[in-house]
Amino acid sequence: MTDAAAQSILLVSVIKVVVLLFLVLTAVAYLVWFERKVAAHLQGRWGPYRVGPHGLLQPLADGAKFLLKEDATPAGVDRFLYFGAPLLTMTLAISAIAMIPFGPASIHIFGVATPLVVANINVGLLAIFAITSVGVYGVALAGWSSNSKYSLLGGLRSSAQMISYELSLTLSVVGILLLAGTFNLSDLIRSQDGFSWGFLPKWNLLNPTFPQILGFFCYFVAAIAETNRAPFDLAEAESELVAGYHTEYSSFKFAMFFLGEYASMITVACLASILFLGGWLSPFPQTPGLDWTRYLPAGVLAAAGVALILDGVRHPPFGRIVLPLLGAVLFALSFLCSRPGVIDDIQGPFWFLAKILLVLFVYVWVRWTLPRFRYDQLMRFGWKFLFPVALLNVVLTSLAVVMRK
Amino acid sequence: MTGQLAIFLILAAIAVAGAVNVILQRHPIHSAISLITVMIALAGLFLLLESEFIAAVQIIVYAGAIMVLFVFVIMLLNAGVEERTNMSRMARYAGVPLAIFFLIELAYQVGAATSSMTPQPAAEGVTRGLSMLLFQDFVFPFELTSILILIAILGALVLAQRSEGVSAKGGQEKIT
Amino acid sequence: MPISYYLALSAVLFGLGVIGFIFKRNIITIFMSIELMLNAVNLAFIAFGRALGQLQGQVFVFFVVVVAAAEAAVGLAIVIVIARNRHSLNVERINLLKL
Repeated sequence: MTDAAAQSILLVSVIKVVVLLFLVLTAVAYLVWFERKVAAHLQGRWGPYRVGPHGLLQPLADGAKFLLKEDATPAGVDRFLYFGAPLLTMTLAISAIAMIPFGPASIHIFGVATPLVVANINVGLLAIFAITSVGVYGVALAGWSSNSKYSLLGGLRSSAQMISYELSLTLSVVGILLLAGTFNLSDLIRSQDGFSWGFLPKWNLLNPTFPQILGFFCYFVAAIAETNRAPFDLAEAESELVAGYHTEYSSFKFAMFFLGEYASMITVACLASILFLGGWLSPFPQTPGLDWTRYLPAGVLAAAGVALILDGVRHPPFGRIVLPLLGAVLFALSFLCSRPGVIDDIQGPFWFLAKILLVLFVYVWVRWTLPRFRYDQLMRFGWKFLFPVALLNVVLTSLAVVMRK
Repeated sequence: MTGQLAIFLILAAIAVAGAVNVILQRHPIHSAISLITVMIALAGLFLLLESEFIAAVQIIVYAGAIMVLFVFVIMLLNAGVEERTNMSRMARYAGVPLAIFFLIELAYQVGAATSSMTPQPAAEGVTRGLSMLLFQDFVFPFELTSILILIAILGALVLAQRSEGVSAKGGQEKIT
Repeated sequence: MPISYYLALSAVLFGLGVIGFIFKRNIITIFMSIELMLNAVNLAFIAFGRALGQLQGQVFVFFVVVVAAAEAAVGLAIVIVIARNRHSLNVERINLLKL
């Protein structure tokens, strides 16, 4: 290819990377807010409410707190690894999102048509798993380099748990690979297009050949264990090993671990919705009777705008101005989106976002509902129950695929 | 200088620097980290050679599982830095220069002998072709490797068990 | 992009692995030099496979990776037993069979 074409593609890729980085960091910060709000409402209280209307400025306050706290480095740490481990965790967690496709259409930046994904690799799924595999080192090295017994034990336990559940995670996805025949994430979504019996979407969860319900269960449980979240968070919970592998970390380095954990949560939720829930495909068939469902994104935006305006007037002065303004902006956006050209472009990302939010909600719901596993129960569950179930899923799926031929 | 050559040089430099670091570092954990860097650079080189599946397998299995095993063992054995002893005079004055000369000579000869080979495109998709080969022509070695892994698991379990009568020696001693 | 560059790099990495194997005294580091040699050979396999346009090179790399995994597992178990019994990871201390 010519030099000029290569350079423009490089420029477009850099722009996509910068935009994605910005979006991911904002999403991670507001995911923390989302979790605190959901947790609070599950427990019958309000959660962050005072820092900005509905606590929406809480992530800013948290960020400021992390940056301004004292950065204490304990004595006797291995400097290179102590500073490198949180950096490694955060970098890997954020890079995994580069492979996720957000929509089917191509957008045009500076005249170059480019798909809505930063890196459309042919083995995209394997690349995400590869990044997750190397992420184990962040935890193990953080625990070891902190020169503290709680950190070492927590780090070893966390990394052993992560490599055990990584096996079930990768196996639970093999069923989907058998059904779709490709590693490419965009092609995986396209293979779930269509509706069986006219109304049921052909998502992999409800696949006509063999519904991947077992696979979804395995994947979801293994994903929770892989990202060290409750009920599998023995190695880092506050009432257990002090704080596990990030005991000796303070201020910004702890914030990097925190960011890394929530970013990997987002990655796992994105993968779950791509692999099992159909990615950016709409759940409604486009028959003449259901044509109004095309305008759902605009409808949701309008409803959100109206809700914000009506709610905003009840708040103290800062909220009384900002919220209705935000509501008016959303309402105007909904009119912009309902124009024919834009509504088709918005469909894909809207449904994808809706599915990710659903998966994240279940994630947070599970965390604040179920009690914690003990470590030996955790390992026994991973090796003696989840791994055979994933294998069973592979066997049954391959039988179904062969019998269908 | 084409883009491919530039990327090759960067990855090769990272690989060689990592390999030299494996030898030069005194603490085994730093050698392990350098080796992981070498493996990731090699995975990048595999990608350059259009073997994307093997690149992913290299990172997932080699860098993500085998090296984790190494790191765990180093942590569990509490391995410390190597003692600093001076190399014998023979090793220092004759060994190291000869080693470096051997290295350069080997690289030159290998490069010169194969200078006429050029990359050729593969006939079909990489993953598909690889799986066809693995499950049709090479199915017997494939099944044998599964038995090999089973034997290795059992062997490692039996070897690393603590026998009943031995009292565990605790303490802060570093094993060097 | 001539293949001989990849093969020269593979030779350099292999040589560095040999140097590490001979000069280092910690068992685990020696083991890691062996893994470095195996990786260099993997690169050579893939390079030759690409030069001949065949996929057998990649199949062999697959098997090399699997065998290296099995060998690392058993080898590290042996290292753990040695460390427990001799209380040292220095190969020069593991010399009970020396005359």
